[in-house]
This record gives sequence, structure tokens and C-alpha cells, in this order.
Amino acid sequence: MELLKIENIEKYYGNKSSLTKALDDVSFTVNKGEFVAIMGASGSGKTTLLNCISTIDRVTAGHIYLEDTDITKLKGKELNKFRRDKLGFIFQDFNLLDTLTAYENIALSLSIQKTPAKKIETAVTTVAEQLGITDVLKKYPYQMSGGQKQRVASARAIVTSPKIVLADEPTGALDSKSSKMLLERFNYLNQEHDTTIMMVTHDSFSASYASRVIFIKDGKLFNEISRGNSSRKEFFDKIIDVVTLLGGDVSDAL
Amino acid sequence: MLFKISLSNIRKSLRDYTIYFFTLIIGVAIFYVFNAIGTQTAFLKVSESTREIIDILKTLLSGMSIFVSFILGLLIVYASRFLMKRRNNEFALYMLLGMGKAKISAILLIETMIIGIASLVCGLLIGTGLSQVMSALVVNLFDADMTAYRFTISGEAIIKTIIFFSIMYAVVMVFNSIVISKCKLINLIQSGRRSEKIKMKNPWLCTFVFIVATALLIWAYLTVNSETIFAKSMNLMIICIIAGAVATLLIFWSVSGLILRLVMSAKKLYFKSLNSFTFRQISSKINTMVVSMTLICLMLFVTIGTLSTAFSIRTSMNESLKTLCNADAEFFGDNIDAKKDFDVVERFREFGFDPVKYFDEYVTVSSNGLSNISIRDTMGEVADTNDSILITALMDMQEEVISLSEYNKAAEFLGNPTFTLDEDQYIIVCDMPTVDEMRNAALSTGIKITVNGHELSPKYKNVQEGYLIISAQHMNVGLIVVPDSVAEGFTETRSYLLGNYPEGDKETIRRTDEALINEYNSKIQGNYEQFVGNDKGLYVGLDTHLMISDSSIGLGAMATFLGLYLGIVFLISSAAVLALKELSETIDSIGRYDMIRKLGADEKEISRSLFAQTGIFFLIPMVLAVIHSVFGIQFAQNLLRAAGISNSISSLVATAIIILVIYGGYFIVTYLCSKSMIKERK
Repeated sequence: MELLKIENIEKYYGNKSSLTKALDDVSFTVNKGEFVAIMGASGSGKTTLLNCISTIDRVTAGHIYLEDTDITKLKGKELNKFRRDKLGFIFQDFNLLDTLTAYENIALSLSIQKTPAKKIETAVTTVAEQLGITDVLKKYPYQMSGGQKQRVASARAIVTSPKIVLADEPTGALDSKSSKMLLERFNYLNQEHDTTIMMVTHDSFSASYASRVIFIKDGKLFNEISRGNSSRKEFFDKIIDVVTLLGGDVSDAL
Repeated sequence: MLFKISLSNIRKSLRDYTIYFFTLIIGVAIFYVFNAIGTQTAFLKVSESTREIIDILKTLLSGMSIFVSFILGLLIVYASRFLMKRRNNEFALYMLLGMGKAKISAILLIETMIIGIASLVCGLLIGTGLSQVMSALVVNLFDADMTAYRFTISGEAIIKTIIFFSIMYAVVMVFNSIVISKCKLINLIQSGRRSEKIKMKNPWLCTFVFIVATALLIWAYLTVNSETIFAKSMNLMIICIIAGAVATLLIFWSVSGLILRLVMSAKKLYFKSLNSFTFRQISSKINTMVVSMTLICLMLFVTIGTLSTAFSIRTSMNESLKTLCNADAEFFGDNIDAKKDFDVVERFREFGFDPVKYFDEYVTVSSNGLSNISIRDTMGEVADTNDSILITALMDMQEEVISLSEYNKAAEFLGNPTFTLDEDQYIIVCDMPTVDEMRNAALSTGIKITVNGHELSPKYKNVQEGYLIISAQHMNVGLIVVPDSVAEGFTETRSYLLGNYPEGDKETIRRTDEALINEYNSKIQGNYEQFVGNDKGLYVGLDTHLMISDSSIGLGAMATFLGLYLGIVFLISSAAVLALKELSETIDSIGRYDMIRKLGADEKEISRSLFAQTGIFFLIPMVLAVIHSVFGIQFAQNLLRAAGISNSISSLVATAIIILVIYGGYFIVTYLCSKSMIKERK
């Protein structure tokens, strides 16, 4: 079933004299329950794409549909409502509020949704179990490791049961062990709880956990490969092949 | 180059710290306005005695200016230190690029100079404007004519302002240079790394400290307001003040730890909308500034106390003039030691002074100042219940006894209520607050007194309002009114002459008044030894309405000016510190607001959270200061009651309005500045 549909979107920066096309006629769809990775070199437009989908930025032309809503048409309050009810965010630098404990950070996105206090507790404990962070719930961000912080941020993103979770380089600030652990959690959420995840990354290893990888180069769709029934290792090799083809600094990430 | 850096730095911080520069400008303006009062009053047509009071006021104001400049100086040093801390990264960058410490100091020097000159120029301009408005207040307070008003600029005050503020800025420059010369690059670089640790204080300890602090505060409140405080030594009062300050500190310390716990335990409240975020922000702010909060609270307390007391003195003086000074002039004399009848008018005439010719209407009254009844006799058992110095001193004084017809004659003239008496009754007329209470206690027991062999019982269970000597305060400690038959055969040693001048405009009355005083001074006072003659202990005196009103108006005006000066400076200083802290916290929190926005919170909710944060932050020290004030003002009232000054609602209202406008203004400006800082940037 089609969940997210992106139709010919374009995003320009700058003025007439120096125009930058960050996104140039990009179209694709994401189905419900998919785990999609978007790969590309720095400056290829992958973060712009994510920002447009997350309504943080506006497209210059084209449409983005989530279910049946055209999110490029949303304004003001509708936009906020859309963001808090339908989307979950995970950022490279965690973006946890340093004054709140892990528990409160997760609970905040529920209380912004006006969830009754009673339901908050069960929701937070459930999601904490799924992500294996039950024992850090009382800690503040500065008392946690990077991996724990990112799992708390992930818990905050999925606790509201969003339609789609958008992750912007979630492993960017993590060491390889924590990265692996986080990505395994993503996989678990995706497979066991049917969470739709869209992840932007330039790391082939991270991308290999996805079920489909979309490559972007210079604002345009470059290629797209699906994992199918192959193992993660085989999929990783396939990704490497495309990255080599893609050239540029993505290959540096190997 | 350095100049360019400085200028752009100022431009950058002007945006974020408008409120600080604004405070500097207000500081300069206030300083000028109050120091210019001397020049402003120079052209006013006022009496000799008022002129003297204005001179005293000038001296007091310039004395207070030193104190005020000390407060403002502290504020400026605090603020510049605070702003410098926020720029550590910038300094680190300069040093990494190889700039010497001397050059960084130079940048700061230029910045301080630019800010100093700008604030002085703006402040003096605004000050000159404001002082014209002040003229209206001056004219009103000194009851002078507005017609003589003209635009004034006080060169003296300008020079003084420039010198004082230059010194303050110079201190800041020295201070900044010292800080820069001592700092190390590594510390500067690392200061940017925020690793704010949130320590939760032990709730039991907090509760314990809170209870102890509250108990200490209640003890201080009660002690300071106990009847006996004036009888005891000064030390106790000082201990109370210190106890109050320490308790305030402890309360802020414990509340900062408890408030969050309390809100957190109310899960429904805590996990509603952005509340968890809001309360965390507030608690971390209070946690990091317990000491500043204490100082701010105490300063606000002093402000409220000073303003309301100053206004009370003024309104009370004006009220009293209307009710307690209903004759244009009064002579009174007493020949108590000679134990002879005495008539003040007759005696004056013997010396060629006829006071009656100045009056349109007059009345003479005589009473017995030698009653053989001491105040203790009229008090019975109540006499020993109060051991205050004032009452003890009064106890052995002799009561003044007056016949009903004589009293009524005076009362009618003064517009006071007149009385009737049965043959065996007496009335006590008294209006001094503390004495009132004791006399009422005695009268309510129906205490009987013996006058001239007649036993009399009180007609009323409490004292009656009235007086024989005109004044600006409630100063009548007591007068026993007895039936005429009882008073027969008295030696009337005391004599009063009450008179009103012919009606006329202010000028004529003032001239008549001066003529009367002059003649009295030359013929009687200048001749006093002859006037007394053989009657040792003879005493005469003169009070005129104008004399009394001049001095009481002067006193009221003095209190108002000093109160306003100190009050406003304290108020803007404390509000500025709060605003500065709040704004810098907001700058640090911009990222947090962006985050919350990404989570989908409505702008309205974010604004509400910011409003609550700013509001509670401003409210907390104010609430405690108001509680302090309730008791503090009570104390001031007890202190002033002896002088016949009572607190009026109107003075409290005036105080509340001033605080609301200034403090509330700071709050609103802070909130709006914060709001524009966290606005979504596209």
C-alpha cells in the first residue's frame, strides 16, 4: 500500500543570478511498512529532500502526499498538527532537551499531542522496552552514551505511533557498535511493529539494513535497489557497487 | 580595525540586550532628574522655611546619589561581567588568531566607552525632558505656584551625572581588563562546551530547610512587630533583619529544589502540553541564581517599604493638616510653676503687643495645667501593662483639666465635636494613637477619678477626638473635660488664644502671618527675660497654620523625593538583573525551542510556555518581597505611629502602581524580546 508519494518536487535556493537546484524533479513512492534508505554525497540534496517531506522546508514545485493529504498545501496550525500526529523525527545530533530526563523527553512528544497523563506512562514504558532503554529512563542526556541518546530519540520519534519515521543520519555521531545496535532496533521496529522508516545516510553499512535504497546525485534520482531476499551482507555489496558507480565522496565513507 | 570590531559587537548585542542599555539610560536620566531638583526649585516662590527644607533636601539627595551610584555601579559591573562571560568563545577566537590580550582589552575599552557616551547622551536628553515633568511634581509637592515655571537645564546636575557615571564606567573598564588579563585560552575555549548538570537536591533536606527558614522568618516577623521591640535594644532589630535575609536565601534555595518535585508529583499537570519543559526551565534558572534572587527580593522589599512609607508620610501630613490645624494662628502660655491664673492676651498687652488686632475672629480658652492628677491616676491597673519608653515617660505627667464650657468654646472654633456632661461625669479628649489604646483600656473599666473633691466617672468608654494645640500630627496625649461646677475655683494656669486672619488670597495671608510673627518676635521673644519677670517657669509659644504646613509639606515632599529616588533605582536594578538573566537563558534555549517546534508544538503553546517561564521568574522574588512588606510596613507603621503618621490605602495603591508600571514594564519587554529571539527563522 502506498503511504508516501513524491511527485516531481523541485527545490531552488538563491536568486536569479546564482540559482542552485537542490532538488530537481524527484519522484518516488514509499509503501507502508517499508524501511527506505536515501543515499547520496554531501550536497546531493538528500537532507533537503528529508526537510521537505518533514515540512520543515517548503518545495518550490511539485507535490508530496502522505496517505491522501497534500502536505505541501498545509499551513500554520495544520502543519503543526500534521507534524506531531503523523511524523516522527530522529536527528544526527539527537536533539534531546538537556534539561529533561529520558523519560520526560519521550513523554514530551505525547504531551504535546495532548495525550492524557495516564496513557503516557504505559506508552513510554512500552516503547522503552522495545528499544532497550528501560534502565536509562531516569537519566539526563549528559549522563547517557551516544547510542543510548539516539535510542531515546528514536523512542521519542515512535512513541506517538507516527505514519512514518524520518531519520536524518541517525548513526552519524555514533561509534560502529552503537550504530549496529541502533540499526538492529530499527529493523526490529520495522519488522515486528510495521513501522515505516525513511532514513537519510551516506554510510553504506547503515543503508544495508534498509529494505530499499534510493540514490540521489546532484538533486536527481540516480538509482534505486531493493534488498529482496538477499542477506544483509549481499545487499551491502550491491550498495557498494552503486556507490562506486556514483563516485564522489560517498565512496569515502567506506 | 579595533574600533570596527567594537562597533559591530555593540550592534550585535544591542539587539539582544536592548533592555540593559535601556536600563543604563534610565539610570542616567533618574540620576540627573533628582540632582536637578535643586535648580528646579530655585525659581519657585516659597517661604523662608520651605527654602531651608529644600536646601536640606538638596544635601540629602546628593548624599543619596552616592549610594545610588554605588547600586548602579554594581549593576553595571554585574551586567558587563555577565555579558563578557557570554562572549568567551569570541575572545577565544581572537586569541587563537593571535590577537594579544592588550588588544582584546582595547576592544572592550572602546566598547565600554561607546556605550558609556551613548548612554550618557541619551540619558541626559531624556533626563532633561523628564525633569520638566518633575517640575510639576515639585510645584505640587511644595504647594507652590505653577505660574513661575520655566524650562530649566541644570548644568551642575549634568556635570555631576557625567562625573559619577564616568567613574562607574572607568571601574568597569578596569574590571574588564583584569578579567581579560587573567583568563586562559583553554578555559575560554572549553566554556562553550555546555555540560549543564542538573542536580536534584535532596527533597527531605529541602523540606527541612524550608520549614526552618519559614520558622525563622515568622519569628523575625513577630519579633519585629511585637509591642516591646522599641523598648529593647537596637541589636534585636538588627538580628531580625539578618534573620530575615538568611531565611530569604534559604527559602529560595529550598524552593528551587522543591517546586519541581511538587509539580512532578502532580503527573496530570506535569505531563500536560509543554509543562514538563516549562518547569524544568524555571527550576534550572532559579537553581543557578539563588543568591541573586535573594538580593533582588530584598531590594524589592526595600522598594515597597520605602515607597509606601514615603507616600504615607506625605498623605498623612496633608490629611492631618486638614483636620488638626483648623486655626490660622495660636498662642499658648503656661504659668505652671507660679501657680497663678494666667491670661496670655492680657500679658501680651502689658508689653505693647496686641495679637487680637491681626485676627478677624478669635477665641481665648483657659485650662488648669496643675490638676494634681497624674496620668497614672487615670489609668488604674492598665498603667503597668505597657512598658514602652514613651508610655513610661508619660505616666508621671500631670493631666490637663478643662471645664466643659471652655472646651466647647475652643472645639466650636476648631470645628471639633462639642460635648455635654452630667454633674458626675468626665470625658478624656486624646488623639495620639498609642496613648489612645491605653486610655481606652482604662476607660472601658469605668475608672473613677477625683477632681476638686468630686468623684467623676467616665461618660464614654473610649477617648474622644479633639485637640487644643494646632499641629500637623496627632499629638494630644490627653485632656480631661469636667463639668463647669467641678472646675469652679481652679487656678487656671494655662491659656490659649486661637485666631483666624481676615479672608484673602494666599499672598495677603502670608503677609499677615509674617507681620504677626515679626511683631511677636520683636516684642515678646526679643524681650523674654522681662516678659517672664518673676514668674519662673512661664512659657509662651506661637504656632501658625503656615509655619506648620510649610514644615509638614516640606517633610512630606522630602520623604516623597527620597523614597522615589531610592525606590526607582532599586526597582530598575533588580528588574534589569532579572531581565538580563532571562534573556540570556532564552538565547541559550533557542535550540530547544526549535526542537519543540519540530515535534509539532503550536506557536501558541510555545508562547504560553515562554510567558509562564518569564512570568514565574519575575513573580517569585516579588511574591516573597510582598510577604516581607506586609510585615515590614506594619513595623514602619508602628515606628511612625508615635509621630502620628498612619499608613493609608492610597499610599499603598500609589506604590503598587509604580511597581506595576516599572516592574511590569520590564517583564513585558523581556517577554517580547524573548519571543522575538525564539521566533522561527526561515
